[in-house]
Amino acid sequence: MKKESKLADFTILSLKNVTKRFGGVTAVDDVSFSIHSGKVVSLIGPNGAGKTTLFNCITGMAYSETGSIYFTDTLLNRLSPYQITGKGIARTFQTIRLFKHMTVLENVLVGAHSITRGNLLNALLVPRWLKAEEKRVRTHANQLLEFFGLSGKSHMLAHNLSYGHQKKLEIARALAANPKLLLLDEPAAGMNAKEKEELLKLICSIRDRGVTILLIEHDMKVVMPISNHVVVLDYGKKIAEGTPKEIQNHPQVIEAYLGKRNA
Amino acid sequence: MKKRTGDPTEEKKFRKLRALNKSVIPEYFYRGSIDSRSKRAGMTRVLLGALKSSSASLPESFKISLLLVVIFTLPFFDKNPYHIDIMVTAGIFMLLASGLNVIVGFAGILNLGYAAFYAMGAYTYALVNLHLGVPFWAGLWVSGFVTALFGILLALPAFRLSGDYLAIVTLGFGEIVRITLNNLDRITGGPNGLLGIQHPALHFSSYQYQFGVRSEPYYFLVFSLVVIVVFFLKRLESSRLGRAWVAIREDELAASCMGVDLGWAKLSAFGIGGFIAGIAGCVFAAKQGTVSPDSFDFVVSVMILAMVVLGGLGNIWGALLGAFMLNLLPEFLRGFDIYRMLFFGIAMILIMLLRPQGILGERRHKEEFHSQSSR
Repeated sequence: MKKESKLADFTILSLKNVTKRFGGVTAVDDVSFSIHSGKVVSLIGPNGAGKTTLFNCITGMAYSETGSIYFTDTLLNRLSPYQITGKGIARTFQTIRLFKHMTVLENVLVGAHSITRGNLLNALLVPRWLKAEEKRVRTHANQLLEFFGLSGKSHMLAHNLSYGHQKKLEIARALAANPKLLLLDEPAAGMNAKEKEELLKLICSIRDRGVTILLIEHDMKVVMPISNHVVVLDYGKKIAEGTPKEIQNHPQVIEAYLGKRNA
Repeated sequence: MKKRTGDPTEEKKFRKLRALNKSVIPEYFYRGSIDSRSKRAGMTRVLLGALKSSSASLPESFKISLLLVVIFTLPFFDKNPYHIDIMVTAGIFMLLASGLNVIVGFAGILNLGYAAFYAMGAYTYALVNLHLGVPFWAGLWVSGFVTALFGILLALPAFRLSGDYLAIVTLGFGEIVRITLNNLDRITGGPNGLLGIQHPALHFSSYQYQFGVRSEPYYFLVFSLVVIVVFFLKRLESSRLGRAWVAIREDELAASCMGVDLGWAKLSAFGIGGFIAGIAGCVFAAKQGTVSPDSFDFVVSVMILAMVVLGGLGNIWGALLGAFMLNLLPEFLRGFDIYRMLFFGIAMILIMLLRPQGILGERRHKEEFHSQSSR
């Protein structure tokens, strides 16, 4: 299953000395690492290690005072979330944040917001190119739904979907923006073994489409088989980085998860 | 003859409902036997079902054209000027409810000062007409754009605030506008308002048609505007921007992560809402021939909001229905004399209890129902 995409290998995202403080708490402390294109990189660590905060810093939802975050060669630090999405980074959320009272299809259509350009004036006048764009984006959304096995549910309201389907829809919505980098925040949380296996296959096929993936996950059964690279955070600090094998035997990682041997 | 018993599932449903409501609704409410009730329920269900399926089988375009024919031929059958006059007011409030629906229903921004926009539209036309002699048809655009600009100005704090806090800001804005109009004597005429505003007129080469003080021409004018506004709102609703608005209503943060520029989207919602209130105000001023601050009270803001909520937040047809009902209901209740407003309040409470999602509810819920039942 572990396989790298055949795309050219370059650094798609690099973090340098990123720090984020909330009052006296340093949620992310001087973290640096970089992600190569076409890989699946996992971000692991105990609860409260600062993984989601780091995601928020990358996507512009939290502002990191110090350090720099580069997406290929664009500095992301001062950009708003919507601008960052426009650059080609999409994310899902730890707790599901679908547009509950919109249909499944509409959720994906909103996801495609950054790759369409209809505005107020031409929404009123509906020129021919807009009709074509609308048709194109609907086809795009329907294809995505089919890929995720949700095509039969496109007219259901998002909040009436089962939990597993909602999780899938979140990924579909993020992918609708045709991102180059996809951030998944605990996609396997609350899933059973069968669903997790399905998710693994899904992540692999997303990677094979040429999308680089940064994954937050607790379940090592999910992390280990698909990750090319693993970054470990603990109390906001990066404590280790390497291949899954290296991480599994890393003394500091074991300590962070299980405590000291002689304590 | 075998005694007919109710459908067992129906009966179960009813029992469940009864258990659910027991705490709120007293026992005597259920005095009829379950049997006869469920039979009745079955009959109404069949009737309703027949009505629904027959109306569902008709294409939407046919239903709309039927509605249009009814609306635009009404003054030819109903010659009662009182009826037509009430319909004109209802039409103006249909415009207002449609405009507020964009802000509150689509974008989910609670606006408690919408009457201020209405006032802006009315006073803008009054001032440009009195001082510059701008005719009604141009004034309609001027009012629309000036009010849209004002809406955008109010939207600026909306960048930083949300929810209850923003509602307070809009409330304050509404009061500021009303109090300013009341006290800026030299320009707005203070509590007396402005008098002698020109009524609209139509020119056909040499012939001139004056709208005057009769209600009929305004009836056709206002409902033409309603049709135009609904037409464009329908387009907006299914557009990229319309979806972005609803996404903001559902989850602002997630929307921004999907690439929605929150500031611009909110600004355009206020702009559109302002424009529609502007033209409604302009029509109001032109019809009355006079404007004064007490037409734009806080109560007016609340009533417009009630129309939107009552009809179904985020439903274009719902806003129209809500405006229609809340304008006509007090007229039907005139028989109750001084208790009229009491019954009006009770009617509103009942509607909200029975249909918390509004009379028509959200369009999407129905869409979902239809797609499921057809499968």
